[in-house]
Amino acid sequence: MPSQKEQADMFLKQMESFANEMKKAVGVPIIPEPKSGAQLWYDQREITLKFLISVEKTKKFFHEGLAQGKLLATRCKKCGRIYFPPQVDCPYCKTSEMEWVELPKEGELVTYTIITTRPYSFGHYPDYTVGVVKLKNGVQITAWVRETDPKKLCVGMPVKLEIVKREPEGYYTYEFVPIEEE
Amino acid sequence: MTRNVAIVGTGHSKFGNRHDVNMPELAWEAIKQAIDEAGIEQKDVEFVSFSNVGGWSSEGLASVVSLEYAGLTGAGLYRVEAACSSGSAAIKAAHDAIASGEADIAMAIGLEKMNESPTPTVIEFIGRAGNFFWEFQNFGLTFPGYYALYATAYMAKHGATEEDLCKVAVKNHYYASLNPKAHFPIPITVEKCMKSRYIAWPLKLYDCSPITDGAAAVVLASEEVAKKLTDSPVWIESIGVSSGTSNLSRRDDFLHLEAGTLAADRAYKKAGLSRDDIVKHVDVAEVHDCFTIAEILAYEDLGFAKRGEGYKLIRDQETYKGGKIPVNLSGGLKAKGHPLGATGISMAVDLSRQLQGRVEKERQADIKVGRALAHNIGGTGHYAYVTLYSLSKPRR
Repeated sequence: MPSQKEQADMFLKQMESFANEMKKAVGVPIIPEPKSGAQLWYDQREITLKFLISVEKTKKFFHEGLAQGKLLATRCKKCGRIYFPPQVDCPYCKTSEMEWVELPKEGELVTYTIITTRPYSFGHYPDYTVGVVKLKNGVQITAWVRETDPKKLCVGMPVKLEIVKREPEGYYTYEFVPIEEE
Repeated sequence: MTRNVAIVGTGHSKFGNRHDVNMPELAWEAIKQAIDEAGIEQKDVEFVSFSNVGGWSSEGLASVVSLEYAGLTGAGLYRVEAACSSGSAAIKAAHDAIASGEADIAMAIGLEKMNESPTPTVIEFIGRAGNFFWEFQNFGLTFPGYYALYATAYMAKHGATEEDLCKVAVKNHYYASLNPKAHFPIPITVEKCMKSRYIAWPLKLYDCSPITDGAAAVVLASEEVAKKLTDSPVWIESIGVSSGTSNLSRRDDFLHLEAGTLAADRAYKKAGLSRDDIVKHVDVAEVHDCFTIAEILAYEDLGFAKRGEGYKLIRDQETYKGGKIPVNLSGGLKAKGHPLGATGISMAVDLSRQLQGRVEKERQADIKVGRALAHNIGGTGHYAYVTLYSLSKPRR
């Protein structure tokens, strides 16, 4: 069974080869839409979207956090607010005097969903569960939860954070794992 | 200076998979109807606010392309973006231009052509409508996924069931079946909805609004000009606006949308109304049912039901025509379709026609107090607009 991503690629490839045949036959890439038969121009231009996102000011999160097995947040030295996702500015105190703090690893599941129809760039993964977890100190984190059977998931269940390598891309990220109850 | 503003012309394309038209052709279907209804010429339009989210469609400047096609070039123009509530934002922008005295006639035009890209690409773009770096990049949330987080928490807390959610879909498909402009004018049953496949557990295919192409337009005029153009203006009585955090992890709970609640309170306050008895003061409402759970949250955020009791309204069929408060007699986003930029304007068009008593008879609400409510949410409570439309001229 091809992945959702492969299916999407195959669909466009079919359209493209049809458009190429039409160019040879009638000189223009015009093809019928499969369901309605309406005539469609098959786009002759293509771009790849790949963003270059600055983490200059939050690089500690990755190098001293994830790569060392820790999930870090920032704390305002003035008012004590903890920011996750980490912010390097506290807009309430209008200060940039922030410190990095490690977040606790245990928490409880606030809510969750199992994603079966996936975005194009996630189409190569099997189904995955996304949850929001409230950590012991009250900070909430969105991440994958390593369990995709809805019968084994419930609101309020205890979970533990793990730093993991996301495959097949091979980069550090974090996810939650249900804690087996005795 | 604050002046009264009225809707004097409305236009609405057929919603659906519109592979038969390109972007400006689709916009023109709505624009032509609206200017014909208003009885004006293109040269009379001083200002246009154009709502189009885009990304999945070819024309980056759909606003400019559509105005050229429609003979409106030269009017003051900008495109507004408030995700799924872009249409309501466009109405507010056009309203404000008139209310402030900057223009006497303005248009709000909404257009979305989502089917120019394959479905997985569209899912990708809408999934990025939240916080791209922290919630999409690593965890691949989708639009149904965001609302599923609310559905899971709501069902766990209040005891609502997947059947309750499906009852919203059944109602909205029923009304869509009476609306020739709807994407899916087909009635469904609870069983059919319950048997549909999961998209983002606990939400199933029939809990979700479709990927739709469509356009809608309104002509707005100042009081002085409206009097000359029509005997039956629909007044914009008040607009309440708010916003929510981009990261869902920063929400206090997953049981309500704070932005929608705030927007409602602001709209009610301006109109001298209260959420406690709002159902007595509104004849008909269009609420943001991008997913079935969203309609139930809207009941509570708007004050139609107490917290935790929204699902009982649909269980008791109180949001059907003739019930306590009829909701989404157009078929809603769920079955009429949800072409993002057009949705808020589609709500205004349908509610204007409801107030004037000119929609299809079987889905025409009883108009007693002469007021209708539009509730339009952008993203997952990221933006919120609540607009009150009235047959009575607001007192200033």
